[in-house]
Amino acid sequence: MSAREVAVLGVGMHPWGKWGKPFVEYGVHAARAALADAGVAWTDVDLVVGGETVRNGYGGYVAGATFAQALGWNGARVATSYAACATGAQALDTARARILAGLSEVALVVGADTTPKGFLAPNAGERWDDPDWLRFRLLGMTNPAYFALYARRRMDLFGATSEDFAQVKVKNAKHGLANPYARYRKEVAVADVLGSAVVSDPLHLLDICATSDGAAAVLVTSTEYAARHGLRNGGGDMVKIAGISTVTPTFPNTVMDMPNLSTDSSLAVGEPERTFKASIGHAAYEEAGVSPADVDVAEVYDLSTALELDWIEDLALCGPGEAEKLLRAGDTTIGGRIPVNPSGGLACFGEAVPAQALAQVCELTWQLRGQAEGRQVEGARVGITANQGLFGHGSSVVLTR
Amino acid sequence: MSATATPAIDGWFTTGPEPALVGSRCTACTTVYFPPTSGFCRNPACSGEEFERVELSRRGTVWSYTDAQYQPPAPYVPAADPYVPFALAAVELPEGLTVLGQVAAGYGVADLRVGAEAELVVETLYTDESGERSIWRWKPVAELGEEADQ
Repeated sequence: MSAREVAVLGVGMHPWGKWGKPFVEYGVHAARAALADAGVAWTDVDLVVGGETVRNGYGGYVAGATFAQALGWNGARVATSYAACATGAQALDTARARILAGLSEVALVVGADTTPKGFLAPNAGERWDDPDWLRFRLLGMTNPAYFALYARRRMDLFGATSEDFAQVKVKNAKHGLANPYARYRKEVAVADVLGSAVVSDPLHLLDICATSDGAAAVLVTSTEYAARHGLRNGGGDMVKIAGISTVTPTFPNTVMDMPNLSTDSSLAVGEPERTFKASIGHAAYEEAGVSPADVDVAEVYDLSTALELDWIEDLALCGPGEAEKLLRAGDTTIGGRIPVNPSGGLACFGEAVPAQALAQVCELTWQLRGQAEGRQVEGARVGITANQGLFGHGSSVVLTR
Repeated sequence: MSATATPAIDGWFTTGPEPALVGSRCTACTTVYFPPTSGFCRNPACSGEEFERVELSRRGTVWSYTDAQYQPPAPYVPAADPYVPFALAAVELPEGLTVLGQVAAGYGVADLRVGAEAELVVETLYTDESGERSIWRWKPVAELGEEADQ
């Protein structure tokens, strides 16, 4: 490992919601907030990495350049990343790599999205070789239906209940109440969740996250650059990137993953040592040199309430089948042993795909600096994020101070 | 389903009294793939480029299950108007892979549980200008002592 370290000097977000504006406006808003937080001038940025949004035309496909132009061409190098839900983390990894290599000094990473209402549907046209199209045409298999498969397994194998899932929503709703960037800031009761319509059994409407407009940006430099320029790091302790995992699955991937119609076969090769989701966190821990016992706070991808419970186990914060026990004991609530989703999570935000992994990093940065007003995990020193998206993409970021 | 129904997708399953999914088996490492594939074996330790057609086991165990209580968006083609919800299951086959499918007509989530047995059937998915289009589905296998009332 290089002696050079990468610091998160500035973070910024545009509030999540349904604002009806172009994604570029959200992105520039978040970018300027991150620059101001870091005390860095846009003209000093020498690398821009954009998280691609697939729903906003050509400008979205070349998001890095789109944001660079909107901020005012300054000659910076540019890159654009696409990794489904892990897009923001992959973009951050690109920025980190160039800084660690000494090729860039000041990098701005931006993700923003404007999302449609309702189910996320595939791109238009007849595409008989695209599993993301075929799963709708041949099976009517929506994203919530995949989430429901995982939820049902927790019920049948571990004895999870609908009340447990609802309790995740109740907890996250409470966490998000004071978060100025959250879209939904309202207390929710177990009865509200159980009283909402069932979308895909056993998941109710309030178990499933919405899709939102939103943007997040992260300004990173080498710690050496930050020290040389006396940068104030948003006024808190210096937050560093200890690890970023963007691993792909290991063959055979035997867990049913969106948008696939089947898994790989383990008959000839045998099961891999870890499932894909477990391998995402494992690689982040290994790179960061920390263990699950060191983690003070986690931001995980609660596309559904039940999925938060899966992630707690996949990050080895407890053993398989034990996440409900943590939840019921209040361990995952702020003030508990290992608070999960103090931001309010996707339950309070709704998913803005290319921004979401960066939003997780923003939240952990505020948590580690002690600036998460109204939702602070006291004394947090080590935080981890996790998410997984389509086509073998996933990420986990470990931040430390 | 009428006798003239045609598969909604070519080459993925057989029809007739004992229908089966059609997979591809790598002639080098014997790994089985569904949907059927060609080209290069995806086992990272295998350089195989040849596959043989193989019919998969018709029975497996339920990995998990759910349903679609709201009509999925296009390119899903609704079979009825108004929309009728249907169940979905992921079934683990003896070939070591899990395959998604809709659940046979008349069965819902109450008829399923993780680890239970399911059998492949072929039923009508939707009707278009070329007539009825068929698809594979998973049908719960009634256990001993249970009424097989479907």
